[in-house]
Amino acid sequence: MTTFAPGTFTPAPGRGSLPRMLFVHARTEAMLTLRNGEQILLTVIIPLALLIALSLMSVIPMPEPRVGSATARIFALAIISSAFTGQAIALGFDRRYGVLKRLSASALPRWLLVAGRVCGALVVVALQIALLAVTALFLGWRFPLGGLPWVVLLIVLGTLTFGALGVLLGGSLRADVVLALANIIWFVLLMVGGVALSVPVGFVHLLPSAALAQALETSVVHGTAPGVGPVAVLVAWGVVAGALATRTTRLT
Amino acid sequence: MTQLRAGRPDRLGCVLVSPNPQPAVEVSGLVKRYGSKTAVDGLDLVQQPGTVLALLGPNGAGKTTTVEICEGFRSADDGSVRVLGLPAGTEALRPRIGVMPQGGGGYPGIRAEEMLNLVAACAKNPHDPKWLIDVLGLGGAVRTPYKRLSGGQQQRLSLACALIGRPELVFLDEPTAGMDPQARRLVWDLVAALKDDGVTVLLTTHLMDEAESLADDVVIIDEGRVVAQGSPAELTANRPDDQQLRFRARPGLDTTLLSAALPEGLKVREVTRGAYVVEGLIDPQVVSTVTSWCAQQGVLAEELTVAKRSLEDVFLELTGRELRS
Repeated sequence: MTTFAPGTFTPAPGRGSLPRMLFVHARTEAMLTLRNGEQILLTVIIPLALLIALSLMSVIPMPEPRVGSATARIFALAIISSAFTGQAIALGFDRRYGVLKRLSASALPRWLLVAGRVCGALVVVALQIALLAVTALFLGWRFPLGGLPWVVLLIVLGTLTFGALGVLLGGSLRADVVLALANIIWFVLLMVGGVALSVPVGFVHLLPSAALAQALETSVVHGTAPGVGPVAVLVAWGVVAGALATRTTRLT
Repeated sequence: MTQLRAGRPDRLGCVLVSPNPQPAVEVSGLVKRYGSKTAVDGLDLVQQPGTVLALLGPNGAGKTTTVEICEGFRSADDGSVRVLGLPAGTEALRPRIGVMPQGGGGYPGIRAEEMLNLVAACAKNPHDPKWLIDVLGLGGAVRTPYKRLSGGQQQRLSLACALIGRPELVFLDEPTAGMDPQARRLVWDLVAALKDDGVTVLLTTHLMDEAESLADDVVIIDEGRVVAQGSPAELTANRPDDQQLRFRARPGLDTTLLSAALPEGLKVREVTRGAYVVEGLIDPQVVSTVTSWCAQQGVLAEELTVAKRSLEDVFLELTGRELRS
């Protein structure tokens, strides 16, 4: 028989400090993503390979300087991979394994459950972008520094918008359905959603993928503020997806 | 009715001590429907602080629904549920309660200690996660991702998560499901230690021995209603003549012949193949009649015991013997 000293379990409840909860939760989210091989393939290896291919091979027509344009588009792809596809799949399986319920049962406030995931996703995106940017510099990319604040802003906005879409997908369907859909949508957006190349079809400009790629191209290549149009498209998708996701997301 | 709390001065300055302390859990008239199915149908329940209460019932009886409403995961369709004096689901309750959801929960790729560290970060005075990992025998699986832990290991991690924040009240939903006998003993020891230290424990189970050995109070529910409640002793011994003589022998003995030999009012039944039971007031004469009748038949009555009804008998009597879907 296992015995415990009297008083071992004497109640002493209370909520932990909010900054520490946020830090530990975000760190856990980021660490789990970086440890997951399939996620790394999707969020790092494929974008890196495509960046090199798009910069060095002229199969896809692209405005010069090629490497600048390729960098902007691959930044967009990396954000979509991580914030949308990666987040949706992770959420789908987290729900299957009951972690949302487990954490909801702790003293972690609901808003922090969302904030921790967002911060974790932003950390992963920052690491992806840093790795891709360094590679692009080696490939001859010259970054007009004036565009830096805009690029940072667009990366955050893109992560939030695609994160909201990822939660919308991953928060309500079965994990295996999420896995299939998130990958298919990723591929479709890459090929015809205005990411790998701009598609001169009217409605494509209304897709968040095309909007993000176009806005990033302006700031990454020319170092100027993105157009109001693409930013408005991104914000609109983000707000609508976020509002829907708060209604449809289930814990299990 | 006004609830008076011990130690709180009233307007006149006197200290009024309420005869009953505020219940830890108070459920009254609880109703929960899923579509056309009523899962909980007017359930009442009161648990005093520092006690262990077991919700016992067959699958689908409404145990988990009731517990999840208390935990704040589901809302009630009708009735009231108060936990530690506050309406269930109140945000301020969450740091004060420890929850072990049915089947546990964790990130698929997380290691036990990382998961426990995360939950510990949510608490003000957490136990040492390393210590709790060792107590629950998870030290050998520290590098195993959650999805590769066995069902019993996942359950033990979930229990650790429920206890790490030093809660006042813990809800354990089928805490020993999927556990081996050693782990089950450990959980029982833990529940006993929690109770000794003044923690209130509400658990659900369909294991009779678990309820019988752990609980101060057992509430048997079926089809969303309370069918019986009381201490295990009260539930199993409510009538003085309510005893049983059980024995095993060759299957298919002629029970009508034996019943005829027994005193008035006693009958023998073959409950399962080769297991016989005589119910009623069992005196030495009855035991002698049974053994000598068996001797005449040339059979040996094995495992002959005289005992009061077990909780399982009470349970099966109340909830029926047919299988639930």
